[in-house]
Amino acid sequence: MKILTFFSLFSTFLSANSINVEENAGQFFSSGHTNNWAVLVCTSRFWFNYRHVANTLSVYRSVKRLGIPDSHIVLMLADDMACNHRNPKPATVFSHKNMELNVYGDDVEVDYRGYEVTVENFLRVLTGRLPPSTPRSKRLLSDDRSNILIYLTGHGGNGFLKFQDSEEISNVELADAFEQMWQKRRYNELLFIIDTCQGASMYERFYSPNLMALASSQVGEDSLSHQPDLAIGVHLMDRYTFYLLEFLEDIHPASKANMKDLFKVCPKSQCVSTPGHRTDLFLRDPGSALITDFFGSVRKVEITMETINLTDLIKEAEQKDNVQQMLEMVTNEMNILKLWFDSNKLSLNLNKTKFMIFGNHTTNIDVKIVIDNKTIERVYESKFLGVVLDHKLCWKPHIKYLCMKMARSIGILSKTR
Amino acid sequence: MVGVPLWWRTTETYRAWLPVSQINELANMQLQLSADVEVVFARGTVTPEQQKKVPLTQTQDEEHTVDGDLIFKAWDHRFESPCGSLVVYVIPESSSLLPEDMDVYIGQRRTALLRIGAQMRVGRTVEQLLAHLEPRIKQVLQVMSFSHTDITAALSDRVRLSPGNKESIADSMRAFKSSPGYEITFSLLNPDPKSHRLHWDIEGAVQTYIQPLLTKLAPVANFSLDSQTLYYAMLGVNPRFDSSSSAYTLNSDSLAHVINPVEARLGSNAASSNPVLNFLLYVPDAHHSPLYIHDNKKQEVPSNAFHSPRWGGIMVYNVNGFYRPEAVLPVDININMAKVMGVFLAQLRLLLGVQSSTAPPGFLMAPCGSTGLADWELDRLMWSRSVENVATATTTITSLAQLLDQIGNIVINDNIAEQVSSAVTSLQLAVAELEAGNLGFALQYSKEAIMASERAFFDPSLLHLLYFPDDQKFAIYIPLFLPMCVPILLSLLKIVSEARQKRREKQAKKD
Repeated sequence: MKILTFFSLFSTFLSANSINVEENAGQFFSSGHTNNWAVLVCTSRFWFNYRHVANTLSVYRSVKRLGIPDSHIVLMLADDMACNHRNPKPATVFSHKNMELNVYGDDVEVDYRGYEVTVENFLRVLTGRLPPSTPRSKRLLSDDRSNILIYLTGHGGNGFLKFQDSEEISNVELADAFEQMWQKRRYNELLFIIDTCQGASMYERFYSPNLMALASSQVGEDSLSHQPDLAIGVHLMDRYTFYLLEFLEDIHPASKANMKDLFKVCPKSQCVSTPGHRTDLFLRDPGSALITDFFGSVRKVEITMETINLTDLIKEAEQKDNVQQMLEMVTNEMNILKLWFDSNKLSLNLNKTKFMIFGNHTTNIDVKIVIDNKTIERVYESKFLGVVLDHKLCWKPHIKYLCMKMARSIGILSKTR
Repeated sequence: MVGVPLWWRTTETYRAWLPVSQINELANMQLQLSADVEVVFARGTVTPEQQKKVPLTQTQDEEHTVDGDLIFKAWDHRFESPCGSLVVYVIPESSSLLPEDMDVYIGQRRTALLRIGAQMRVGRTVEQLLAHLEPRIKQVLQVMSFSHTDITAALSDRVRLSPGNKESIADSMRAFKSSPGYEITFSLLNPDPKSHRLHWDIEGAVQTYIQPLLTKLAPVANFSLDSQTLYYAMLGVNPRFDSSSSAYTLNSDSLAHVINPVEARLGSNAASSNPVLNFLLYVPDAHHSPLYIHDNKKQEVPSNAFHSPRWGGIMVYNVNGFYRPEAVLPVDININMAKVMGVFLAQLRLLLGVQSSTAPPGFLMAPCGSTGLADWELDRLMWSRSVENVATATTTITSLAQLLDQIGNIVINDNIAEQVSSAVTSLQLAVAELEAGNLGFALQYSKEAIMASERAFFDPSLLHLLYFPDDQKFAIYIPLFLPMCVPILLSLLKIVSEARQKRREKQAKKD
């Protein structure tokens, strides 16, 4: 009995699997994107803002693990915590207390570091208005089929985000930058995540289509940090990003979790602040947008059904030495020519048409060219523009012809003597 | 008095003049495309009397509306011009040039053979003959030149249309967008150098097979090629062993996860921002040979290759047949570049947007020839590229004008104004050339237009950091001007009260 149920379950699983393959193939083109980009920005300096760097690095780590390569990630860190002289564990940045998880890893590629992280550079990266000398790794080379993830963290307020403790970006500027990206079709869909105090104010002013935004707190609320580590001496992560990282650790490249699950991350009981999200500008239903549409990079793939047969072409090229092949080609071309002549009401005098094969080696093959059921005569030398051309390309017939001409005139001259 | 205008001038932002009216005109322009078609009647298709009656030139307009915004017309002339034109030969029904069941033959160069139908044999008038031929010539044109769907797909940047069927979405996503240059990288992946020592004559193969195609595509874009070999580069997925064919297999849904781990190891040319096409040749290691790719129906794929839209292609090349199992490792293997390049060439054509339609029934296509590209296919590509470039450049210029209009604080330098003007001029020229049917010039002007418009839009100086909210403006000016204004206002009040007093005194004196 149990075996029977087990078998039936197994068979349904198998059939479901095969259906899934078909669905997967069809779902390939539903999201409309072919590549993924990520722009991850930490805007705070100084040692006590360790948690902001850890936030950004943990999102970087998840995004890389799910498949986006470094060439498609623009990572901006305003300060270097791993090599800070106050770091008791150099070359590490931890996200969990008791140093459980080092998010710095072995292969972090920071594109904008230290004082290069400014509002101007951030806006230049988004809109693409970089000086021509900027290297490829510092550019956002997205196109109209790119899904972009933008993550900002730092200290913020109602309608602004502080960069480097000296300047700020306002929500109007951010909305305008996104509109410029839309005008130039620099994205297909954009996911904007911000983890700062009063983060929801930053997405209030968006007006471009296909934007989805998440924030860690509403206007008037502060985003709180998670846990301090007594050995390092600072708070390691912010609450929202901590629970976001936990959620993302369960996602793998083939996962089917969608955006609605992402909205549930860090409810008020865990986060103390109320995370918010905005989906009215997003054209698709958020339930149909997969997490891997933004955080990962699942490539669309098509099987190559056609090939071009180049081996035949090689044989053709090799056989071109073959005179027969060449003559066939000539016959074809001549037929087409005849067709053109006929259509233009001209006639080709086939009696006066001759053909000659040039070549050094003896080509005594009996060859025939036939046009319109008339055989064309083969000659071995012919006069053309005053020069006698020989089929062996030597000058003898021409010299003979010249001698003949001269002999006649000399003979006449000698008679006059 | 003096201060106010002086202050106004010094805090003004410099804005060079832009041809705004011309830009607005561009936004509403109509696009007209002309293709020259010459129809040649071979002997035996028309009787001599009919020959005299065939009109020498016949033009035909076809209007197509695209979302109500843009309208394009297709004209047919009977003049001949090299690029973008077609010659159609009409041959009698009994002719043996075509096989029995085929009605149309499309040649490598810009020619086609059309077999006249059975009902047109005897005793038909010229008008009936022409009426019979017209739809069939139109069909040939749609295959060889451009069709409604091609042009609307090329215009998708400007006119966002509702998506059609899945195939059209897939087609539009597959090819790279029009760009002035492309980088092509060929990579040989050898995960097992201990067993296989691979030799591939990539330079020779590129010279023989790929370079002719790229030379032919030179009017469309510049190409730069490089190649590399990667050792110990594994695929990200484990292939499954299929005992029925005693080979390892990769099925289609695991192919999507192959590319990402490899892509991290591929280098790219850091100097340019052009799109990169990657072609990878993977030789499986000795323990996982032979490796075949299966499609959705579990059938082996003959080319053993797959490609990813807007990225490139990967081919799996099995070498286990080249050496005996007991041979001494590592084995020297020469890769058959003709086979490999045949697959890569086909993938390159797809990724560049060359071939995306299958022949209608009754059509016989000539094989593509040594360059891998027929002339009419090149023409097709040039048509869609020109239209795409014109659409993109128009969008860029109009959105730039809108942006500069909206944000009054952006500085417009002279060089930007120059670029915009030259972009507008090139666009107008491109549209004119498209109308006249000169495809080569149209493409060139459209490329110039797009380069100028991109340079103007992405100029680094156009950053609008000059966003001042009104309360900040007050906050800046009040501390400066308020202390100054107080004595001025007080003295003004004093002057006014003194003047009033004087007037009162005068009046009192009069009385």
